[in-house]
Amino acid sequence: MMFTAAMFALAVAMLLVLVRLFAGPTLYDRVLALNSFGTVTVLLIGVVGFMTERPDFLDIALLYALINFVGTIAILKFFRYKDLGQGLPEGEDPASLQNGDSK
Amino acid sequence: MEAFIDIVLFGFLILTAIAIMRLRNLFAVVMLSGVFSLLSAGLFVVMDAVDVAFTEAAVGAGISTVLMLGTMAMTSREEKPPVHNRLFSFAIAVVVGAALIYGTTDMPPFGAADTPVHQHVGPDYIERTPKEIGVPNIVTAVLASYRGFDTLGEVAVIFTAGIAVIVLLHGRTRPARSADARKKGKDA
Repeated sequence: MMFTAAMFALAVAMLLVLVRLFAGPTLYDRVLALNSFGTVTVLLIGVVGFMTERPDFLDIALLYALINFVGTIAILKFFRYKDLGQGLPEGEDPASLQNGDSK
Repeated sequence: MEAFIDIVLFGFLILTAIAIMRLRNLFAVVMLSGVFSLLSAGLFVVMDAVDVAFTEAAVGAGISTVLMLGTMAMTSREEKPPVHNRLFSFAIAVVVGAALIYGTTDMPPFGAADTPVHQHVGPDYIERTPKEIGVPNIVTAVLASYRGFDTLGEVAVIFTAGIAVIVLLHGRTRPARSADARKKGKDA
């Protein structure tokens, strides 16, 4: 029963995140929405695992959380530098990272 | 309850697909295709194919999102309005979809144990793995022992592809940054 309720809550959460993803309006809304959607997927897999009495799904869910984290970092890093292999561009002040402006 | 999860996931999948079609902002489309992958991965987990689901999440939501962003950085962020006839594309999509759905009517029911694929060599592996290989996971026994040469060949192919990619990318870096790039290539 508890897992059923959790499942309904997750469905609603998915819908809300999707609305944010469709509507935008800014880039960061969508990056954050994708990240949240990954988190909801992690929870979904966990709940499905417990509901079908296979708690070992939780390990898989944890791996999803790792992928989600690395993916979000990759997307954000890409937007900052237009390249994944680089550090800060020449002559750029590391402090400019703080205000989060994007080119 | 499983039916409810399936309906919800498929419903969101359709919503996402429609949104991908409607939106002209390519960044949003890339994010939505990541969500599409995560939803498919969820469906695969519900269908007990956790390994497929994991590949889908890693490749679909992880790598290909970054690759598409990389492509977008070189091109435009807005999709141009289509120049060809939309009705024609829609008709092709409907015909292909109908053909695929027609194809599924010939398939055995989901999870059936008496399909030909489970009658051929499967029982043999299940019977012989504990005696011959002695590992608890039969899939591992098949991949690493019964099909060991095949797996070795696959690993060799992936290794060659990796070397080729490193060589190509290294050749493209500018001389001023080549020391940095060499380090990066090794890390990759």
